[in-house]
Amino acid sequence: MTTPILAVRNLAVEFDTFGGVVNAVRDVSFDLHAGQTLAIVGESGCGKSVTVQSLMGLIPTPPGRITKGSARFMDQDLVTTGAQGVRGVHMGMIFQDPMTSLNPTMRIGDQVAETLVVHKQYTRKQAQEAAVSLLARTHIPEPRRRAQQYPFEFSGGMLQRAMIAQALACEPAILIADEPTTALDVTIQAQILELMQSLQKENGMSIILITHDLAVVARMADQVAVMYAGEIVETGSVTDVFYHPAHPYNLGLQQAMPSNRHPDRVLEPIPGSPPDLFSPPTGCGYCARCPHAMTICDSHPPEMSPIDIASTHEARCWLHHELAPSENNPVRPSS
Amino acid sequence: MITLQNVSKYFSLGRGQQLHAVDDVSLTVAAETVVGLVGESGSGKSTLGRMIVGLHTRDTGEICYQNDVLPARFRPVDHVRYARHLQMIFQDPYASLNPRMTVFDILSESLRLQGQTDTRAMSDTIADWLTTVGLHPDHMTRYPHEFSGGQRQRIGIARALMIEPDFVVCDEPISALDVSVQAQIINLLAELKERMGLTLLFIAHDLSMVRYISDRMAVMYLGKIIEEGPSDEVFFNPQHPYTQLLIASNPEPDPDTERARSVEPIRGEITSPVNPGPGCRFADRCPKASSQCTTPPPEVIVSEGHRASCHLLAE
Repeated sequence: MTTPILAVRNLAVEFDTFGGVVNAVRDVSFDLHAGQTLAIVGESGCGKSVTVQSLMGLIPTPPGRITKGSARFMDQDLVTTGAQGVRGVHMGMIFQDPMTSLNPTMRIGDQVAETLVVHKQYTRKQAQEAAVSLLARTHIPEPRRRAQQYPFEFSGGMLQRAMIAQALACEPAILIADEPTTALDVTIQAQILELMQSLQKENGMSIILITHDLAVVARMADQVAVMYAGEIVETGSVTDVFYHPAHPYNLGLQQAMPSNRHPDRVLEPIPGSPPDLFSPPTGCGYCARCPHAMTICDSHPPEMSPIDIASTHEARCWLHHELAPSENNPVRPSS
Repeated sequence: MITLQNVSKYFSLGRGQQLHAVDDVSLTVAAETVVGLVGESGSGKSTLGRMIVGLHTRDTGEICYQNDVLPARFRPVDHVRYARHLQMIFQDPYASLNPRMTVFDILSESLRLQGQTDTRAMSDTIADWLTTVGLHPDHMTRYPHEFSGGQRQRIGIARALMIEPDFVVCDEPISALDVSVQAQIINLLAELKERMGLTLLFIAHDLSMVRYISDRMAVMYLGKIIEEGPSDEVFFNPQHPYTQLLIASNPEPDPDTERARSVEPIRGEITSPVNPGPGCRFADRCPKASSQCTTPPPEVIVSEGHRASCHLLAE
């Protein structure tokens, strides 16, 4: 395997709130390789957005702080040196809600051009020209006229295209997309995903895609990291994660969604709700909702362990420990 | 149970402009079935649902509930009268519960409107219902902000169902929720539907979920129902070009299916429903459009109980 373009190790982020300290991200490690798409999936509140915001230096401090870990990007640790000089240049980001992420009082063209003026020292005129061609690249019709318009004159899908144009202005090596299509209709979602894929093919950038929609993951990802309660609980190739789920949470998610391949399958919801991150559980975070929980799960947190030596497939679950009950070791623990 | 006959709703925008939110829609919802209504945002599906429960007036057509023709404009007495039969579950569980009322206040309001006055009896009913929807009777004294999205949606369901209506409009009841919670709410609705013999109009944009829960599926585009039929039939054998493209853009949680997907995404965006022409509403985005599409498309019966409006099917 080549060296990853971005390597995150043991990242942890906390926030001070009136209710106490929230351990939003507890222990996150992943690798992102050049030209690949890594999808981070999880429910709301599991820490997926905080993870990427901390990489981009977008965590407001205080109340937030990165308590440990490292994030190596091009011989630089984003945690110790900060993301200045990287953010917007080598790493571009698009957000969930295009309506509120763009400045309503600035013309679209100026907002795209601003990035180039700040980071690449373009003159305003050069930047304006570049902005128009960027808008054209993201398939906005009549880019010259559209560049003169304000965000309220754009539809949601068009704003998302404009935001992609802005993020790509400096030809970043990594594009971070935080729920880029959640606010959009399926038809527009298909257009935006298609656009991201074709731009990735053109300039070979890597994508970190944050989403809660497993269908979008299946469409876009090469590698998948499943997050739960501030931790990555399973990671692997998209095939491994979908067809050989190794963590009970991932399995539960797959069974909670209707499948059109098996139209008659009954939905199996995951009972309960995620744990309170004010007082993170001492054992496995998923223990209280897990149908396979054992005595050890409640008291000892499982480590990330490889499922298959040959691949990158790993899961954080005691069931994969050699002493856990299995077909070869049919001991039932007393509960 | 519910019959809609040529129902329309126009919003006037002034200066002679009219927004055709719902335009000449006919639909029958048989007793104890689930009809799913799908379409992009702006297609008029919520407006249609809200007209049935009297939250919007209607401009033309008739809506019949059993043998009654519902009034075009609900007066307060009509709301009280029909509320015990027709109920609604709203999309946003954050906006649809009054933050200054406790769960008891929220839930007892509908009972009070139906003439109940005995607080103790009401509190027993509410405690029962909270248990039914998977909450705890102690939650009665809490305020909405103390609950998660899924729990609030359960309160919304209890509010709609506790006066035992026959017909419930579910307006995107799960789109604000996480995947694991969505399945909980869907299963709860399906179970209560069986137990109480409910009839549901299930509005959503998640095609897979609609296919899963509905007996029949209706597809709306710019105020018109363009295809309607048994759910599996519409989903697996779509006839209208729009339905075909919509289903082709619906991503599946399955990497092999996704890799094999080759269909071009649908072009353009939904056009404006202001003063539309007489022809097919989808013509400007349709890859199969021809000159005949400027005239109103005929409604074609494709197979038993499956209809679609398109010139191509008439040949």
